Amino acid sequence: MEKYTTYDQDVLVVGAGGSGLRAAISICQAGLSCGIVTKSLLGKAHTVMAEGGAAAALGNMGEPDNWKVHFKDTMKGGRFINNPRIVEIFSKEAPDRVRELEEYGAVFDRTPEGLISQRPFGGHTYRRLNHVGDRTGLELIRTLQDKVVSYKPIVYMEHTLTRLLMDGDRAVGAFGYNRQTGEFVAFRAKAIVFATGGWGRMYKFTSNSWESTGDGAGMAYEAGAELMDMEMVQFHPTGMLWPPGVRGILVTEAVRGDGGILKNNKGERFMFNPEYMPELYKGQYADTEEEGYRWLTDKVNNRRPPELLPRDVVSRAIYKEVLAGRGSEHGGIYLDVSQMGAEYIKRRLPSMWEQFYSLGGIDITKQPMEIYPTIHYTMGGIWTESETCSTSIKGLFAAGESAAGLHGANRLGGNSLTDILVFGKRAGDHAAEFAKNADFGKIDSSQIEEEANTLLAPFTNPGKENPFKLTQELQEAMQEGAMIARTEESLTKALNKVMELQERAKSIHVEGDRVYNPGWHTARDIRFMLKTSEIICRCALERKESRGAQWRLDYTDASEEWGKINLIAQRDGDAVKLIHRPVPAMAPELAAMFEEIK
Amino acid sequence: MRDKVTIRLFRGNADGGTETDYEVTTFPGMVVLDAIHQIQGTQDSTVACRWNCKAAKCGSCSAEINGRPRLMCKSHVEDFADSNGLIRVHPLKTFPLIKDLVTDVSINYRTAEKIPPLTVSEDIPRPFKMQQIDVERIQEFRKCIECFLCQDVCHVLRDHNRKDGYFGPRFMIKIAALNMHPLDSENRLRQLKEEGGIGYCNITKCCEEVCPEHIHLTDNGIIPLKERVADYYYDPLKILIRKIVGPKKR
Repeated sequence: MEKYTTYDQDVLVVGAGGSGLRAAISICQAGLSCGIVTKSLLGKAHTVMAEGGAAAALGNMGEPDNWKVHFKDTMKGGRFINNPRIVEIFSKEAPDRVRELEEYGAVFDRTPEGLISQRPFGGHTYRRLNHVGDRTGLELIRTLQDKVVSYKPIVYMEHTLTRLLMDGDRAVGAFGYNRQTGEFVAFRAKAIVFATGGWGRMYKFTSNSWESTGDGAGMAYEAGAELMDMEMVQFHPTGMLWPPGVRGILVTEAVRGDGGILKNNKGERFMFNPEYMPELYKGQYADTEEEGYRWLTDKVNNRRPPELLPRDVVSRAIYKEVLAGRGSEHGGIYLDVSQMGAEYIKRRLPSMWEQFYSLGGIDITKQPMEIYPTIHYTMGGIWTESETCSTSIKGLFAAGESAAGLHGANRLGGNSLTDILVFGKRAGDHAAEFAKNADFGKIDSSQIEEEANTLLAPFTNPGKENPFKLTQELQEAMQEGAMIARTEESLTKALNKVMELQERAKSIHVEGDRVYNPGWHTARDIRFMLKTSEIICRCALERKESRGAQWRLDYTDASEEWGKINLIAQRDGDAVKLIHRPVPAMAPELAAMFEEIK
Repeated sequence: MRDKVTIRLFRGNADGGTETDYEVTTFPGMVVLDAIHQIQGTQDSTVACRWNCKAAKCGSCSAEINGRPRLMCKSHVEDFADSNGLIRVHPLKTFPLIKDLVTDVSINYRTAEKIPPLTVSEDIPRPFKMQQIDVERIQEFRKCIECFLCQDVCHVLRDHNRKDGYFGPRFMIKIAALNMHPLDSENRLRQLKEEGGIGYCNITKCCEEVCPEHIHLTDNGIIPLKERVADYYYDPLKILIRKIVGPKKR
């Protein structure tokens, strides 16, 4: 039997992005011992890359914003397959969670009255994104990090977990390794919170960091948890395109919120083409470029430009423009903010200016950016109960990007930073409550032994497969077959490739020892990437309609029938079982809010 | 631009190591981190480095490129190759080595734990009201991505190894961001003077030069803090006033 060290914690939080840290704060405040496990150093999680802001209806901008408008915007953005109760909780609690950050030390940009300044974003009716320039994610994670550190939890940095340890039907711990030493570790906990983020690394052009390999979803799935809406993968309209060294890096939506316009190679603002305006949003956006410009200075009497439609709509329009031969030099579209002037740009979008100048050699105060959609976010994830964030596995809670239900078929920009605050807190509170009424479960050493053997296999495997090569092939297959525009044929092709790679992954061989060995780490990462990719393809094949991020060229319309269904994926031996589950009904008082648009 | 460059990479651990040359194929916009990834993927999968975002936002991929502390994700290969197409890449020297480019930076996290968080008195009305002009100076410090390049280059930590006596530039500006916060009520000057060791800094400004976020650590952070500490502890008039009217609330 391989050696391992065991640590006991009342609650184990897996992931140290915004939702993990917010959960940990609640657990510490409840007086329980809390362990936080992160694959990276503290403060480096993917949350730092969020730019635009955290959406919450504080109503600081003189507009009649409130939680009901935020609720409606979020449901519409998600094309009504979101869980309405989750969205209700979210929009009601968001303002308190943002104000609480100020107590913790966050320093948001201010309005002339001295309140938190809010900026406009795609799909939000009013200016609602509480922000700090274009580095809001950094502000958020640093604030939560400082707060949590003051409670002195134990932070296990550079530790990777690969298996949930089960006692019957209850999660009682997790097993993995210390990346710095390669030594095995087991955690015993009364409750576990997964705040493990998304899985954008499956695609070739991604705005995601290396960490986004779907470990939480993968571990939960392997242990039998229900995953939901896995076909819903968000393509952010504006990723960097050129030079190749920067392809995929995010260009914040705030560029468009602050006056940036999208142009094709004929210089046309193609988003004004009526063909791209979905029925759901007709009449709510500017019809003319003049009105779009006027809106920049007078938001009350003018409608916003259609560049600020939800992300799925803008991504599809860009795809179509490029396909029609109206693309830029390197096969994308132009995003131009230079008309706003250098002083304004450097004040409002400092990190965008820096990013293009230092990484791409482009001065965005003088010339347009070339952009193309990049994989950005995963709306689907581990199914959670709306009030408590508990999953279908007893003792396991999930929050943030790793959980499903809030964003439905498409997430609105700015909703993720608030998601992690609202549901990070709820997951932490309820995991703490659960842990107070529970004992440590029984750790089954045979599960640990099995997992240790799986992890060590690549060292002794006689095969010759290279983990980096397999990862690259997977990313190419998913980029090709499961990107913005999907068909039965493209998805089947991607799925076949994924299944082939799953076979080949059994023959991965790595050299060296266990101390900080990237080859070994990659051999491990690909397991969950392959499984999650398989599930994405299977769900996307199953949902025979177009809705939000799921755009099927062979089923171009949204179907009424599919609009009532969430797809659940659950493990059934080696097979993926798909279940059609009715979307939870909207409470009558919430449904009444939609009367006006029906 | 050259088709190929040579990365002369430090390989080793706490017991020592050597430089090894790796030839990599270039492409437009290639950064040093891309080169390291190429080595991992095609030549030696055991080469260790840290990275996360590859967009200069997380501060993970810190290294010394041609002897100067930098983020690998922000350093274009073509800007750093010498006339022979050679680039030297080493780990941060100030911190103990774990393996190759990965160092043990845990001392920074232990230092962070010593700094009390923002403390706002209950009497301050909520929601907070602050003017943009008053928060801008601390927003500059809060841009810090904790790459620890400033800690690496600081001669107090690097050459004199006084990690026991001085928190280092990163934590001076962290305290500055709290001390200059319009609503903070904690007195932070004692910590700055004593365990923080602000007196060790003799304003060589090396930290400012290496900061990838262009934060003016010394000019806007450390110098004003030194003045506040000096005022508080050494200005006889102020000491007298404090004796008579008692210490200021904040």
